[in-house]
Amino acid sequence: MALRRDWVYENNGGTCVAIAGSDYCVIAADTRLSVGYSIYTREFSKICNLADKCVLATSGFQGDMKALQKNLAARHLIYQHQHNKQMSCPAMAQLLSNTLYYKRFFPYYTFNILGGLDSDGKGCVFTYDAVGSYERVGYSAQGTGAGLIIPVLDNQLKSPSPLLLPAKDAVTPLSEAEAVDLVKDVFASATERDIYTGDKVEIVVINASGIRQELMELRKD
Amino acid sequence: MFRNQYDTDVTTWSPAGRLFQVEYAMEAVKQGAAAVGLRSTSHVVLATVNTAASDLSSHQRKVFKIDDHIGVAIAGLTADGRVLSRYLRNECINHAFVYESPLPVSRLVVRLADKAQVCTQRSWKRPFGVGLLVAGLDETGAHLYYNCPSGSYFEYQAFAIGSRSQAAKTFLERRFESFNTYSRDELIKDAIFAIKETLQGDKLTSSICTVAIVGQDEAFHMIDQKVIQEIINSMEIKEDAPADQAPLQEDKGSEEAPMDI
Repeated sequence: MALRRDWVYENNGGTCVAIAGSDYCVIAADTRLSVGYSIYTREFSKICNLADKCVLATSGFQGDMKALQKNLAARHLIYQHQHNKQMSCPAMAQLLSNTLYYKRFFPYYTFNILGGLDSDGKGCVFTYDAVGSYERVGYSAQGTGAGLIIPVLDNQLKSPSPLLLPAKDAVTPLSEAEAVDLVKDVFASATERDIYTGDKVEIVVINASGIRQELMELRKD
Repeated sequence: MFRNQYDTDVTTWSPAGRLFQVEYAMEAVKQGAAAVGLRSTSHVVLATVNTAASDLSSHQRKVFKIDDHIGVAIAGLTADGRVLSRYLRNECINHAFVYESPLPVSRLVVRLADKAQVCTQRSWKRPFGVGLLVAGLDETGAHLYYNCPSGSYFEYQAFAIGSRSQAAKTFLERRFESFNTYSRDELIKDAIFAIKETLQGDKLTSSICTVAIVGQDEAFHMIDQKVIQEIINSMEIKEDAPADQAPLQEDKGSEEAPMDI
């Protein structure tokens, strides 16, 4: 087998989840950074506060994650200077998509979820692939544990599935506290079976009063 | 200013060793509406006089936030000031992107000065017609710089530029030695006082001035108009007559040169 010496990426594992509610948005990501069967660190944040109504969670290759976050944060600063206001979540969503597609032929190895409140104050979640294809959904999970989590969210959130046509308004009828509890349960379950998910989960909640953060312990094995 | 035969190009020296175009650019700064800056050990305050083209129009923006730790006030051709502010913002963003730390103020003013110098040595360019008071905080403390169109810059404890700024400078000269011990609020008050000196009889209201501050625990921001009005109301009306200074100024009345607005 030929030895490929140009593989410049690394998968650092981890899982991100986001759920949109009628007036809140929950974004969560675990804090484990791994490579292969080893752990680099148990306390690595995959979440970045881009704007006061907009938070980005990224799984995949963390070198690219860091570069992408810095890029978006700098672009947001320029936007603020030019427009005298913060970027809205849908605007940031488009910017992220364009930024990812810009590197279509040398992609950011990142699997992103953008969460926040739209201009009407309703929760919104945007989910992306590595090259910028995105969609507004009511909930999403990305990363190594996504396959374990999405079926549970489909079942528990009682929001219309994004697979239905015509596309329905996708926010969940659950309350903020219920959504946060669901996120905690879902991470605990994913941690049991996914080796790359664990240590701690960082949960960020955006609502009309601002951004709040919570940490919950997960299994460390 | 009288016409000279050596003032057509910025790249022509006069026999006395002067670049008249650069000096004319500095004149443009003097025609702009006043801006003052004051510095203590922990805060820097900028204040400007608002001008409006007419009663129907909005006020000209003369104070720009460059980064959380730096802001500028301009006097002169405000279009040039706006373009330079965009440049300064980019420099700060690029530095923070590469070094994950705020750009030191002294580095920023050097880059600005170099950019201004380029325009004094190219035959197809003209000097920037704007003077900038750069206020910022970094690891080495609080700083106030003045960048002029010639490409030179100086650090100041306090300074005033623009029309009738001499009145403000005289006021500041009397008080600057104690600025380092001033509290945040005293510094703001003196800035507004200095602006009042430049008004020479026009009534001081919060709508006529813009005040901005940056401090160790305070990102650069403009101070709310209501707060400024409260400070003005609480100020005792001093009888120092700024009118004494009038003969020293070129008498331009209340008109600004067209390009200032």
